[in-house]
Amino acid sequence: MDTTLALVLVLAPFAGFLINVFFGKTLGKSVSGTIGTLSVAVSFVVSLMLFMQVNATKTPIQIALFDWIQVGNFKVDFGFLLDQLSLLWLLFVTGIGSLIHLYSISYMHDDEKMHTFFAYLNLFVFFMITLVVGSNLLIMFIGWEGVGLCSYLLIGFWYKNQEYNDAAKKAFIMNRIGDLGLLIGIFILGAAFSTVDFATLKTALETSNSVNPNWIVLAALALFIGACGKSAQIPLYTWLPDAMAGPTPVSALIHAATMVTAGIFMVTRMNFLFSLTPEVQTIIAVIGAATALVAATIALVQNDIKKVLAYSTVSQLGLMFLALGCGAYQVAVFHVITHAFFKACLFLGSGSVIHALHGEQDMRRMGGLKKVMPITYITMLISSLAISGIFPLAGFWSKDEILMTAFHHNIALWVIGSIASIMTAFYMFRLMFLTFWKDFRGTEEQKHHLHESPKLITIPLIILAILAAIGGAINLPGNAWLNHYLAPLFSVAHQEHVLGTTEYMLMGIALAGGIIGIAIAYMKYAKQGQLPEEDAQITGFSKVLYDKYYVDEVYEFLFVKPINALSRFFRDYIETAVSGFVFGLGKATMVLGAQGRKVQNGNIGLYLFFFVLGVIAIISYLFLAQ
Amino acid sequence: MNNILNHIGIENYIFLSVILFCIGVFGVLYRRNAIIVFMSIEIMLNAVNLLFVAFSTYHQDAQGQVFVFFSMAVAAAEVAVGLAILVSIFRNLGSIDIDNLKKLKG
Amino acid sequence: MDVIYLLVLLLVGALATYLSGDKLASKVALLFSLGAFGYSLYLLNLLEAGVNLDYTAAWITKPNIAFALKTDGLAMAMLLLTTALTPMIVFSGFGNDYKNARSIYALILFMSFAMAGTFLAADGLLYYIFWELALIPIYFIALLWGNGDAEERKKAVLKFFIYTLGGSLFMLTGFVYLYLQAGSFLLTDLYQLRLSCAQQFWIFMAFFLAYAIKIPIIPFHTWQAKVYQKAPTVGTMLLSGIMLKMGLYSVLRWQLPIAPLAAKGHQYVLIGLSVAGVIYGSIVALRQKDLKKLLAYSSLAHVGLIAAGAYTLTLDGLRGAVLQMIAHGFTVVGLFFVAEIIFRRYETRLIAEMGGIRQQTPKFTSMFLLLVLASVALPSTFNFVGEFTVLYSLFQVNLGFAILGGLTIILGAYYMLKMFQHAMLGEVNAKPFADVTFNEGLLLVLIVAVLFFFGLYSKPITDLISPSIENILIHINR
Repeated sequence: MDTTLALVLVLAPFAGFLINVFFGKTLGKSVSGTIGTLSVAVSFVVSLMLFMQVNATKTPIQIALFDWIQVGNFKVDFGFLLDQLSLLWLLFVTGIGSLIHLYSISYMHDDEKMHTFFAYLNLFVFFMITLVVGSNLLIMFIGWEGVGLCSYLLIGFWYKNQEYNDAAKKAFIMNRIGDLGLLIGIFILGAAFSTVDFATLKTALETSNSVNPNWIVLAALALFIGACGKSAQIPLYTWLPDAMAGPTPVSALIHAATMVTAGIFMVTRMNFLFSLTPEVQTIIAVIGAATALVAATIALVQNDIKKVLAYSTVSQLGLMFLALGCGAYQVAVFHVITHAFFKACLFLGSGSVIHALHGEQDMRRMGGLKKVMPITYITMLISSLAISGIFPLAGFWSKDEILMTAFHHNIALWVIGSIASIMTAFYMFRLMFLTFWKDFRGTEEQKHHLHESPKLITIPLIILAILAAIGGAINLPGNAWLNHYLAPLFSVAHQEHVLGTTEYMLMGIALAGGIIGIAIAYMKYAKQGQLPEEDAQITGFSKVLYDKYYVDEVYEFLFVKPINALSRFFRDYIETAVSGFVFGLGKATMVLGAQGRKVQNGNIGLYLFFFVLGVIAIISYLFLAQ
Repeated sequence: MNNILNHIGIENYIFLSVILFCIGVFGVLYRRNAIIVFMSIEIMLNAVNLLFVAFSTYHQDAQGQVFVFFSMAVAAAEVAVGLAILVSIFRNLGSIDIDNLKKLKG
Repeated sequence: MDVIYLLVLLLVGALATYLSGDKLASKVALLFSLGAFGYSLYLLNLLEAGVNLDYTAAWITKPNIAFALKTDGLAMAMLLLTTALTPMIVFSGFGNDYKNARSIYALILFMSFAMAGTFLAADGLLYYIFWELALIPIYFIALLWGNGDAEERKKAVLKFFIYTLGGSLFMLTGFVYLYLQAGSFLLTDLYQLRLSCAQQFWIFMAFFLAYAIKIPIIPFHTWQAKVYQKAPTVGTMLLSGIMLKMGLYSVLRWQLPIAPLAAKGHQYVLIGLSVAGVIYGSIVALRQKDLKKLLAYSSLAHVGLIAAGAYTLTLDGLRGAVLQMIAHGFTVVGLFFVAEIIFRRYETRLIAEMGGIRQQTPKFTSMFLLLVLASVALPSTFNFVGEFTVLYSLFQVNLGFAILGGLTIILGAYYMLKMFQHAMLGEVNAKPFADVTFNEGLLLVLIVAVLFFFGLYSKPITDLISPSIENILIHINR
């Protein structure tokens, strides 16, 4: 029964994918969209059923299907593990996935390749489910690379534009850098413990003392590199902002709510490993904090509405890693979930705006949309308040937990996290004010077409906004359902924060920070009505920020150009040289032959001379030998 | 048996044959006429034959003389073939100067 | 005895193809190659049932040469690869109009015969004969039906021929020396030889030259790109799909068990060289303008990894190498076929002259993309199983090798996606691109299906090859 359910769970989106690939065009746009949405909805229902079951029985479901890969000291099952963590993840992946599919039916309706789009989306959900339910690291790796592939396909969905293709390629390759790390981590664990199965690994790690601790540290580090690639952390974050080349629902689903949280999922899954390696945890916390801050500063000055949200995502992911680094896995998971709600809502809202403006993404050409798009405005406002950490919305609770954990861990981390939070509030409301307040700054023609989006778009927005508002309820201090639910996963019991004076003070500071950020944005953009400068006029430090600290350029200079130069060098010189050497051997033989040929000139006298010379040589040799 | 070597020492035979051989060698190297080259080769051959016979007597062993018969027979055959070739070359080229015979050039 | 019928079938097939005339040739060749494939499936069945398929008969008494064939799981796997790819390669030629068609198809079958013989032979000299026999048909195929400037082609093909032949002569010397030691060329007798370290070293080097050129391992690879580019696509497929595997297979079958000490002593050099090939091939592939040349260098990178796996001398390494050989065989045949399909429509192999094809033919694009993904070893493709196993074995030797070898997953993605982007994506090409024909599509689907099926369920192959690889390892570690 469980096996059937699990197979339905995994294969429903895949079936949707197949139908859309083979029959999508004949079925027509609406049907193909409906099939795509339904297939994910089926998965959602099944995961809900399984979730209820596991929540009641408290026993994970383990399913082994068949042997997949056999290496020397262990074999890898094709199996699923449905425990508290994976089911939780499934719920919001398939839940938000269904909403975004629904949204896409309307959003992508004008695109001639809508069935392809739904096929890719379904495939993505399929791989994401595989990633989440895999019972061992390698099955997870299938999903891991699979979602990377779908991300590639969807970023480059409008493939006629080579810039988009470049962005897609960049995302895939940067992900692959992380994947190599993940693979190395799998190797180390596999070699050391003869298994890559999560459950067995856990017991092995907790009981075995024979393994060199350096290997464990290295394994944790390697896995973290994998997480960096997928979850866009320093130094592998640059692909995520470029990934906004894809259609907006993709940005919402893949590059905000689900795929990019895979790294957090993996670290949480492997918490028993990371808990053993405080060094790596420190690194994770520091990188997380640094990413949160760097991305937030870049987001301050971006003018592309999706770019702001993209950097905001990177920044929020950084906060989650900060929590992971502090060992507070539940807190990170909590923030993943609330973030999925409000960031999906924000992206879909921005999609709604872009849709209304026929593809305009520059906030300098927006404004005044509040009146024409009230639903979009209100839902996005709620989500912005949530992400800014305003009481009592979802973001307040999760972000507050993170900051509190950081405070107890290391005050510097708390300071960085708080600064990032203030910046978050600022850039989110900068976005809101520039987009929705004041007067419309676009063309007259756009103005005529301004309209609120259709129901298929607004309904997902409303649902997500509600979730963003009340989602915090799953883990309120004092009534932490999520903590208890996830508790069986962690060997080290999570200490809940006792709400004392310090804690209330911290909450106050966080709330005040959020309000300050909003207030500054209000002063600047709502009250004084400032507008960001045009690209050419941006100077000073904001130019550095606007150009994203030139990290792309640095990477280009450090890696891409040298590799290409090396490639040209190899092609033009080394290849010729080696080839020349081989041909040289042939040529040397030819030269020798040409020289030898001169002796064979047909002059009999010369032949005779050599003959006599030979005789003399033999005779003298015989005499000398005696 | 009255050994002829008692009257004329073996060294004299060796000297004679060396001189003959050298004459043959120089003939081969210096002359351009194929017939003369041929004759020079024959002289060399006979120098060796002479030596064979001399040593055969010296060692009181008839085997050396048997060899001489063989080599004379072979030399005769060789001359027959060689001269035939030369004749045909002469018919074709009108000359038997070996400097003109460069058809073997590689 | 049964195995011989397979060889006979292929040989008769070659003859029949030649006699059937230009019109029927392709069909007769397909028929016979399919027959051979079916028959090898039957052999597989026998082998699984535990029937001993080895065959030995006296052939020449002085010197002592036997007609010995050994069909264990490993040989069977390679045999299946050969007989499965041959009909595909023949079939891929259906869209082309070869002049003197009967000869080229006969040569393909003849080559298949020689390669099957190489995989089966269990007597050194017999093996050598088959090994060299395989060279003759490919020489003519590349020379007579190749493309590009005739003079340049002749030069490239001649270089390839002499190069590989020269390498093989060293192997022959090695065999002669082994014969003097053992008094027989039989594989089993050679396995029993206890050579000193120095002897093993020289034998190893003699074999290495032959194999390093055939595989190829850098810096012995210079023949490859040009020949791949100049040969007709069927020839390229034969070369890259099967013939390369002869070298790799021979490493496992002949080189390692006969001279294990040398392999162990110079393990780091050997793996280093192979891994250097992986990186070098990937980097050179980045900037290739010609699609076939790019694939040639990608092939260089992939076989480098296979060779590295073989030289780890671990069970995983050897097994991964075999898995990857099979996976690579199918992938590379598919990719070259893709290049051919594009060439049939655009008359070009230059990537810069392609682009914007996707819009016109989504089906073909999907197939191409799937092959690209298989080539970059996406999990759930067969290539991933092989690559993972090989990389894991490299890790067992040294972490550094695993990381360097693992760069292939980054660089491979880089050059393949870049190629795909410029060949297929972008603004719609002004030149119309006719959709793939049924035949072309069928072949691509078959290849992709094989890759994905075994990617998810590689157990049959693993079970087939594991016992013989364990057996080889026993000889290596004696």
